Parts: sequence; C-alpha cells; structure tokens
Amino acid sequence: MSDNFLISTKELCKYYNGGTIKALDGVTASIKKGEVVVIIGPSGSGKSTYLRSLNLLELPTSGAIVFEGTDITDPKTNINLHRQKMGMVFQQFNLFPHMNVLKNLTIAPMKLLKMDKAEATEKAMALLERVGLADRSEAYPAQLSGGQKQRVAIVRALMMSPDVMLFDEPTSALDPEMVGEVLDVMKELAKEGMTMVVVTHEMGFAREVADRVIFMSDGKIVEEGSPDEIFTNPQDARTQQFLHSIL
Amino acid sequence: MDWLLKWFDTLYNTFIVAERYKTIIDGLGKTIIITIGALAIGVVIGTIVAIIKVFADRNKKLKFFDMLCNLYLTVIRGTPVVVQLLISFFIIFVNAKDGTWVAVITFGINSGAYVAEVIRSGIMAIDAGQTEAGRSLGFSRVQTMWLIILPQAFKNILPAIGNEMIALLKETSVAGYVAVIELTKAGNQIKNTTYDQINPILLVAIIYLIMVVGLTKLLSIFERRLRKNER
Repeated sequence: MSDNFLISTKELCKYYNGGTIKALDGVTASIKKGEVVVIIGPSGSGKSTYLRSLNLLELPTSGAIVFEGTDITDPKTNINLHRQKMGMVFQQFNLFPHMNVLKNLTIAPMKLLKMDKAEATEKAMALLERVGLADRSEAYPAQLSGGQKQRVAIVRALMMSPDVMLFDEPTSALDPEMVGEVLDVMKELAKEGMTMVVVTHEMGFAREVADRVIFMSDGKIVEEGSPDEIFTNPQDARTQQFLHSIL
Repeated sequence: MDWLLKWFDTLYNTFIVAERYKTIIDGLGKTIIITIGALAIGVVIGTIVAIIKVFADRNKKLKFFDMLCNLYLTVIRGTPVVVQLLISFFIIFVNAKDGTWVAVITFGINSGAYVAEVIRSGIMAIDAGQTEAGRSLGFSRVQTMWLIILPQAFKNILPAIGNEMIALLKETSVAGYVAVIELTKAGNQIKNTTYDQINPILLVAIIYLIMVVGLTKLLSIFERRLRKNER
C-alpha cells in the first residue's frame, strides 16, 4: 500500500453470528490526504460499519486497516494513540451531558495532549468562534439545539487536531432547518484541506464537496468515482436503483 | 396533669440520673460513624466490583476477577449481616480492641455487595454512544469510565445510594449483637439498668426517625442541585 494514502483498508470483513451476517464483506479502499470521501448506500449496506471500523469502534473480523503507515488492526498497536488523530462525529452527537460546552471541548486535549487549561480554552474559544457558538461556551448540551450540539461535537473532534475526520451520518438526527448550519461547517473544513470520510444521505453535500463518492451495498463497495460519475452516470444497476429511489 | 409530672419524673430517673443520656449520645455517635464509614467503604468496593463486572462483559481476560466478584456477591448477599458480624468478631478479627471499626469494615463489605449492583445498573444505563465518544477521542477504557461514564452514572444512582445509606443506618442497630454499644444497644442498656421499659426504646426510635427524615430531605436537596445545571 502506498504512502500517499492516509488510510487504507484491505479485504476488511465484519461477520456476525459466525459468518451468517456479513456487515462488511471484503472492503478494500484508500483515502488520500486532503481527500473528501463520501460513502453512500442503502441502510444495512455496511457504510456506517465501515466508517466505524476505521477507528476500530467496530472490530473487523478480518482484513487490515493501515493508518499513517501502521496496521491498527494489529493487537499490539496502541489504538488510543491513533484515535487521537482520527476525529469522529456521531449521528447522535454524543456530547458529554454532565460537562458544559467548554469542558466538553477541553477535556480531551488537556488529559491526552497535556495541553494546559489556558491554551485549551483559547483554542476552544477560537474554534467556537468559527462555528458561531462562542457565546454558548458555558451552556450545557441539554440547553443547545441539535444543530448547535453537532457543531460543538465537530469542534470537540477538531480540538485534538486530527489528521482525518470521520462523520457518521452527522445530519440524520437533525431537524431539516438545522442541517444547513452543520453542512456549512463541514464544507468549510473541506475547503481548508481536512481529510474527511463522510457517511451521509445528503446527496447535495456529496455532489458539491466530495472528491470521491463510494457506493456500498451488502457490505461491499459496488461503485466509486467522482460525484459526477456516480450521480449522473452510474454504471451498476444497484447504484442506479438506489439513486433513483432517493433523488 | 398528674401523669405528666410522673412521666417527667420517670424521664429524669431514666436519662438524667447518673448521666445516662451520655450513653445514648455515645451510641448515636457510634451509629453515625458505622453508617458513614461503612457507606464509604461500600461505595469504593461497589464501584470496583461494578467496573470489573462491566469490563468483564466485554473482555474475557478478566474472567477470573469476574468470578471472584460473583463469589463475593453470592456470599455476602446469601448470608445475614448478623452472621457476618459474628464471623468478623469471633473468627476474623478476634483480637480487635475497638469493636466499632470491626463493625465499620463488616458493614462496609456487606454494603459493597448491594451498592455494586446499583452502580452496575447505573453504568449500564448510560448510552453506549458516551463510551464511543470517549474512546474515539483517544481515551482509554479506564479513562472513559472514570471521566465520562461514572460521573453520569453516579448522578443517576444518587437516590439509590441514599436509600442504601438509610437502610444501612437502620441496619447498624444489629451491631449490638457483638457488643458494640451503638444507639439501639445504648437504649437497651438504659432499659436494663433503670427497668424503664418504655422511654429508652421510644427515644431510640425517635432518634432513628429524625435521622432518616433528615437524610431524605438532605438527599432531595442535593439531588435537585446536581440536576439544576443541566437544564
């Protein structure tokens, strides 16, 4: 596998029930530095499982994941160190409800990167400013709207200065009027050159921002290509059917 | 009004003569020490046991420790606390000089078994997404548990821990079995020396009741304060 790739997966499989259910069935793909890859597919296609296995939230049954030159599926690697470089944003936000926004943001860099409080606070405030939430730093998650929570969650991941951001359906739990504010933050990130892997149903976002679109079905990559290739001229019948049903 | 004067007279003879009220005060002190000490030990043991059991669910390497915890839970919950006290005093800590501390340790070990299940259910009730969020930031399993899961779990189980404390407070009344002169035993002693069969026992009951009511009140205030900042 080439060094140009930030993350490569090789023949990644995830089986349940002793192989009767194949959530991932041999996924081989690579993500370049600075690339924005959007993964689409019907529910149950394995796209979320694939994304979540990139930082080993799902343990693959077999196959390899090479992140920055290290096979992180090797039990001897310290996954905690590699996860610091992989930010993750969840569908359900998963902010820590017992901490205010500032504490949510600063706890990881302070505990893990030994950043001092002043520096962490300064960084948090600067990032909050950028997502338009500087005035909410003292609020608790329960006091925020869905869109605000997700923007905070993105900032929380960014606080660790990750090399890649993984988004697991970041707008699926949001009211429609809040989808835009989250997508705007993501677009901005993409513009700045952040490497991003995004599982989403937002085809508009995929079309506009993605460098590459991967279509998955039944635990396999069915088709991949530029947004143009996938959306205007899909080759595989399953891709055509999926896009037809949602567009 | 005659009976009232007579009653005052009895009270005087029962509690004031020979400063017998001091026995009650000393006994109350011991009851409080045993309750608080045992609860502290119980929460520490309970937390450790709960964490081991939660981790063992996902990690087979901890199987041995899990079995140890189960043995502890089975033995403690399968025998009466009085019997445990007897074992502590007459088999394990035979040479102990101060019975109070033996009682603290025994009640603590006993309470730990009940608190463990409470804490475990508190941990299990926290959404799995919290663990995922913590782990995805790079926190280890233990850090995630300590910084993210346990603070939330404790907040949820505070009422149950409060109930445990109230149960414990009343349960310590059996420490008299092994010659610890706590509140109940103190009342009983006064009853035996003064032949007043009524007032010492009623006083003891009233003191327990006041403490339980006070504790319940305190707990609800504390709980409300904990929750306020999240809304």
